[in-house]
Amino acid sequence: MKELSLHILDIAQNSVKANASLIQISIEEDTAADTLRITVADNGCGMDKELLQRVRDPFTTTRTTRKVGMGIPLMEMAAVGCDGSLDIQSQVGVGTTLCAVFGLSHIDRAPVGDMPGTMSVLVSGSPQIDFVYTHTVDDMSFTFDTREIRTILEGIPLDTPEVANWIQAYVQEGLDSLQTT
Amino acid sequence: MKSLAELQAIKDRVSQQVSLRQDREDGIRVVVGMATCGIAAGARPVMSAFMDEIAKRGLADVTVTQTGCIGMCRLEPIVEVFMPGEEKVTYIHMNPEKVSRIVAEHIINKRPVAEFTIGAANE
Repeated sequence: MKELSLHILDIAQNSVKANASLIQISIEEDTAADTLRITVADNGCGMDKELLQRVRDPFTTTRTTRKVGMGIPLMEMAAVGCDGSLDIQSQVGVGTTLCAVFGLSHIDRAPVGDMPGTMSVLVSGSPQIDFVYTHTVDDMSFTFDTREIRTILEGIPLDTPEVANWIQAYVQEGLDSLQTT
Repeated sequence: MKSLAELQAIKDRVSQQVSLRQDREDGIRVVVGMATCGIAAGARPVMSAFMDEIAKRGLADVTVTQTGCIGMCRLEPIVEVFMPGEEKVTYIHMNPEKVSRIVAEHIINKRPVAEFTIGAANE
């Protein structure tokens, strides 16, 4: 994956498949600690201990159209390659939280990339699910919350193309105000 | 600045259109493969381009959705177009540049862009 935002899009699809109703995504850039931390937390069906142990294996997948599942292994490889790590906590019936840490200034760290595109595609792909995206750069932060959007839209589906475009532009401007790297 | 007030204006503008969209079961569906294989191959900008083009042209009877892996990872990004009463058309190796042609020629003028389809690639 060329951008961290593509990993996030991919990992969040696992939360969608787990029937989550709320998916919380956060990116925390900490220049003092030189870390970039990505967290994807959902309230979906969760995984039992046995699946949780196998889930980093590329030959583990829940899908039926092929025998490999590369989402988590690819992200782990990207994190470990930047002096980071990937951790997954999960509980059946409660949800799953994936946390990946990257060396912020590591030369091999992919750029965060197009998070506005990722959020717009995620929301329009699963308009019934609520997403919260928080991006923090040191002591500045920006939050996008579909629950807030929903109250304004009063029943207009979030996958309406005009709404998806607005979400993309809104997130872009929020991130511009942080001047992310 | 993109404000929440602007979203309110969008809501007022599209509310009529949306009821039209929901009432029509015979609408056109554009389905983008959005599993790891699709994402890695560039499905995200393709989906954004469809959303953009459809919003720009104000096409009320078209919905853009996602699916998982279709099982032909080497041909990703894959887009399937479902038109009422027509056979499904599968476009492969998609990119944002191909999107405007598919919207204009297939979705509006009902003539699939043969050269972008999986059938053309197999010949």
